[in-house]
Amino acid sequence: MNRLSLTSLLLLVIRRDLLLAMRRRADVLTTLVFFVMVVSLFPLGIGPEADTLRKIAPGVVWVAALLASMLSLGRMFSADYLDGTLEQMLLVPQSLSMLVLGKIVAHWMLSGLPLVLIAPVLGLQFDMSAQALWVLIAALLLGTPVLSMIGAIGAALTLGLRGGGVLVSLLVLPLCIPVLIFGAGAVESVTTGMSAVSHLSLLGAMLMFSLVFTPWVSAQALRISME
Amino acid sequence: MAINWFKYSAPSTFYGLAGKLVPWFAWPAALLFCVGLYIGFFVAPTDVVQGEAYRIIFIHVPASILSMFIYLIMAAYAALGLIFNTRLSAMMATALAPTGALFAFISLWTGALWGKPMWGAWWVWDARLTSELILLFLYLGFIALQASIEDTRRADRAGALLAIVGSVNVPIIYFSVKWWNTLHQGSTIKFTGTSMHIAMQQAMFTMLVACWLYVIAISLVRVRSIILERERNTQWVKELAEIKQ
Amino acid sequence: MLEVCNLACSRGDHQLFDGLSFTLSAGELLQVQGANGSGKTTLLRTLCGFVQPLAGNILWQGQDVREMDEDYYADVIYLGHLNALKDELSALENLRISAALAGCAVTQQQAIAALKRMGLRGRETLAVKVLSQGQRRRVALARLLVSNAPLWILDEPLTALDVGAVGLMQELIGEHLAKQGMVIFTTHQALAVADVATRQLALS
Repeated sequence: MNRLSLTSLLLLVIRRDLLLAMRRRADVLTTLVFFVMVVSLFPLGIGPEADTLRKIAPGVVWVAALLASMLSLGRMFSADYLDGTLEQMLLVPQSLSMLVLGKIVAHWMLSGLPLVLIAPVLGLQFDMSAQALWVLIAALLLGTPVLSMIGAIGAALTLGLRGGGVLVSLLVLPLCIPVLIFGAGAVESVTTGMSAVSHLSLLGAMLMFSLVFTPWVSAQALRISME
Repeated sequence: MAINWFKYSAPSTFYGLAGKLVPWFAWPAALLFCVGLYIGFFVAPTDVVQGEAYRIIFIHVPASILSMFIYLIMAAYAALGLIFNTRLSAMMATALAPTGALFAFISLWTGALWGKPMWGAWWVWDARLTSELILLFLYLGFIALQASIEDTRRADRAGALLAIVGSVNVPIIYFSVKWWNTLHQGSTIKFTGTSMHIAMQQAMFTMLVACWLYVIAISLVRVRSIILERERNTQWVKELAEIKQ
Repeated sequence: MLEVCNLACSRGDHQLFDGLSFTLSAGELLQVQGANGSGKTTLLRTLCGFVQPLAGNILWQGQDVREMDEDYYADVIYLGHLNALKDELSALENLRISAALAGCAVTQQQAIAALKRMGLRGRETLAVKVLSQGQRRRVALARLLVSNAPLWILDEPLTALDVGAVGLMQELIGEHLAKQGMVIFTTHQALAVADVATRQLALS
């Protein structure tokens, strides 16, 4: 038996999901457009005073990122569930957790990474300083993968359920609150003249913690949902 | 005498046992509620700083404590059910969730009532209140997930996994909310704990015990109806006196 | 050897079967029979480990499959009602990716050869969404050709296949059994393999 190594399984799954997404580009763009739109709505609702906008910018960007990642969670497993591929994935002879990790990484590259890249542009709309923008990027880079990972658990638990899209937000959003607090807090602390290091290290710790546990938990959730 | 605990983990035997136990918890709970509220509202002295409004804490504090404890107990039952595949533990977890949510809600409600005279606002983003709100969300998520899954086995197991993930997350959430709160200089009024009058302590303690007894009684009642619903097709349910009528 | 002892399964509240026992040795072909709703698919899904049985054990080479997990999966290939194909990918990409997930790295040539054998010559690079139902089923079945798993679990493999493809399936199963493979399947059509007695398992 020439079994694939764990790393090549991981790369295979990531490559496969990216390839599929490239053939269905509209899905990726909708998440990004949603994110941009939500962020742009806030000045319209609150008013264009630069001081207020600068103050709320990190929170707005983070809440919008949270909502945008919820929007794309439904896609993580549902297509594979509907066409039977997920059954084949449960029979993967290496490690289901590793496969799930691959799917999470691919999901992040398609829904989290574009947000990180576009966030500085949105930050400029809110008149954020260069330093704050850098911290925002760093915080999003550390935080959005955690959203994908926690989201994977919710997506796996709500697989195939009616109204799964709303339900998954109900399950996942409360669990994401720490990421929101430290992510937005990091930017806020530099704007008030403090160091963002402690916030960023806590985000990093969360990333490591989720990296270790969430793929396994999501794999268990998938097995429960597929029964 | 050795008791065979596993005998009582079968829903059919536990149903009868729970039925016998309910009055033993329900009546003392009712009695202690009356006693606790009497002491709290009439015996305990008026607080120097907070006046009469402080008396709401005799409901607020036990409700908050229990809402957190119930989540942990629920997660523990869920974990038992998931690991040892015992159906009864999963049913207990399901039975506890609405009570936990109720206490979280009472805690928020009374917190708001207390906040109005103390802080001058119904809602203040105080660390404890915010955590309590998130805890309520976690309960609602658990209940919503179980309600939307028709297959009971999947509902039990999915709910269990969610409860365990939630209970791991609860300390992280609490810590992060506290951190967030201190950064934003929250206006938290602290009780002068040491100078608490003896009658206040008595009232608080009585109410806490009463709430515990209530939780046990109500979850036993609820688990009995869950057992009946799930085992409705079995022979022993059909032979029950209350079903035959 | 696959041994099933006292297996009981349910769907929802409804008990499908209990006390089911059978063994399957190398080179044997087993057909699971039963009316609609008798639990054929559930049995196959239980054998794959998707569904936990209410009671009973499943042993593979003398070891409980629940303890083997991933080592067992390497020896199993499952084909369900759904084809597990991605509409956006070509037949060739689908086959190579699903084979790789199942643990076999397949070269381009091997994959093309397998598709050719399944009668899909010239359609390898077409997106699966333009193929007919029968052709999709053939792509799914091509996985059997590139896999070296000894245990085949096939749920209604003949759905949507034409006469020619049914004959081809019989040939493939015959070859697999000759290599000491094992096949469990369900079907509502006739499927006979030359020189091999089909064992029957009836679920009621």
